[in-house]
Amino acid sequence: MPIHEKSLIRPENITTHDDLVIEGVDVSGHWSTFIETRVIADYNEAMEEEIAALPGGENIHRCWQCGSCTNSCTVHAIEPRFNPRYWIYLIRTGMESELLRDKDLIWQCVSCNKCTYACPRDVVPEGVMKATAHWLEMKGHVPESPSMIFDKIFTEQIVEHGRIEDTKVLMQFLKRTNQPLMQDWLKQIVMNIAARLPVKWGLKSAWSFVFHPRTRGWKKAGAALQDYIIEVEQHHKAALGAGTSNAASNDNPPQRKLHAAE
Amino acid sequence: MVDVTERAKQLREVAYYPGCALEGSGNGYDVSTRAIAHNLGLKLRDVKDWNCCGAMEVKNIDPKIQTYLSSRVLSQAVNATRNNVVMAPCNGCYHNLKKAEYDLAHDQNSRDVVEKISAKAGHKTYEAGQAETIHALDWIKETIGEEGLRERTKGKLAGLKIANYYGCMYVRPRHIFPEKDQGPGSESTSKPHFMDDLLAAAGAENVEFPLKTACCGGAHTLSDSDMSTKLVLNILQAAEANGAEVIATECPTCHSGLEMHQIRAEKRFGKKTNVRILYFTQLLGLALGIGPRKLGIHTNISESIPFLVEKGLT
Ligand code: SF4
Ligand code: SF4
Repeated sequence: MPIHEKSLIRPENITTHDDLVIEGVDVSGHWSTFIETRVIADYNEAMEEEIAALPGGENIHRCWQCGSCTNSCTVHAIEPRFNPRYWIYLIRTGMESELLRDKDLIWQCVSCNKCTYACPRDVVPEGVMKATAHWLEMKGHVPESPSMIFDKIFTEQIVEHGRIEDTKVLMQFLKRTNQPLMQDWLKQIVMNIAARLPVKWGLKSAWSFVFHPRTRGWKKAGAALQDYIIEVEQHHKAALGAGTSNAASNDNPPQRKLHAAE
Repeated sequence: MVDVTERAKQLREVAYYPGCALEGSGNGYDVSTRAIAHNLGLKLRDVKDWNCCGAMEVKNIDPKIQTYLSSRVLSQAVNATRNNVVMAPCNGCYHNLKKAEYDLAHDQNSRDVVEKISAKAGHKTYEAGQAETIHALDWIKETIGEEGLRERTKGKLAGLKIANYYGCMYVRPRHIFPEKDQGPGSESTSKPHFMDDLLAAAGAENVEFPLKTACCGGAHTLSDSDMSTKLVLNILQAAEANGAEVIATECPTCHSGLEMHQIRAEKRFGKKTNVRILYFTQLLGLALGIGPRKLGIHTNISESIPFLVEKGLT
């Protein structure tokens, strides 16, 4: 399969010859570029199907490679290696090792949906980015991203209380990602507010911090959600061939928290 | 064609869904929304025992958890609050309720999951079409309108240069907002103008601002802070370059993102910007003659009171 990708012209693939004559013409040096011949033998044929089975990845097959997603992408404008169109291409052609070169970038999608707005084929590239990031984590190619850690803390709080309390999410996130609580900019923010606010406000925040805001009568809804989460997690694993395929219909899933590793 | 006066009457009392952010870091938005409602004689009935809509995070575990969470809010509005128009000032909440509505109307699988969880949770399943979700912008626009604001504010914001920042969730993805892009009078998803219209009616001078719907990186405000800081800095600098003194916001996540990363940009990258950040409801409140404390302006991170005093707005 031909690959017309500038991004494949990498320094390690480009060779220059000090002394090379072809059919009587001297082609030494830099005036002509030679690219190492590559042979790709390790296509991962299951990759597209697996990513399509995760939430958000459903429409990947529709992509016709127009590039509108990358063109409109918020993150691409700041980090040019962030390239949804290219990654969709790699996934669809099974080029796993190429995709893995960018494995630490894919989770950076900020879900702005500019790509979804621009895509003429209803691929929902935003969803594909999330599914791909998910796949990379589930396959063990990357550690859990800070974003995933954040999402899990958030979801746990909702399952438990029905609502979230932002200071608490922030503190737990900094703790789980081993970041110091008092970073210069956070300190500045706290100082800005503290200088202006009446004591009453401080007391109110302290109150909601100790007594987490909660939805009345949430217990049953929380339990129902926890059951559903266990069910879908098993379902996702099954889609990647890592679990039993009938797990989704298991009526008595083992009781465990969302964040099993903690 | 909907009867405009009938519609305005219907919206004078709506189910109000503040959401988690307005109870926490976005408190100034909640306080100012309630203050202008009171001033304008509009009634807000809090959705009874509401829960989080799922924000930006839950969908990454599984999108249907978010569909359920939002559907429960709608069910509470219809069944416990007995009002079928839900007004959500937070872009995230507004977006999620709209998305749940769309998914429930178009996807059997979503309906099945929501029905199953609702039954286990012991409340009535929300069905598509039972309620309508509107943003705080729609609410003011359709009840009071530009004419009404013109009369009540007497152009009080005259001379204030504002960049209106709408963010992502209010306009994207397009398909969940079927009422937008319907020609004259309707909101546009590529160049939204409702906030511009309302603030202009209050006398403000809206500057040209190409980044109205740019992304502030709110989804990764903490997990990828450098990215968010760069995105926010772009927005702040573009606003300043176009002469804005204030950025008007309509979402607690955008708002606190702009405020936090304005400080972070200075601390980390040495890039200082001076543009102030205020909720559009705070600006409308000032235009209506409400005091800054009653609008929660002192609880914003961005310091704007001295500037407002200088402008003769307080
Ligand atoms: S915009 Fe859509 S069709 Fe075009 S390359 Fe991106 S995903 Fe494919
Ligand atoms: S949603 Fe993600 S992939 Fe799409 S434009 Fe935004 S950052 Fe890029």
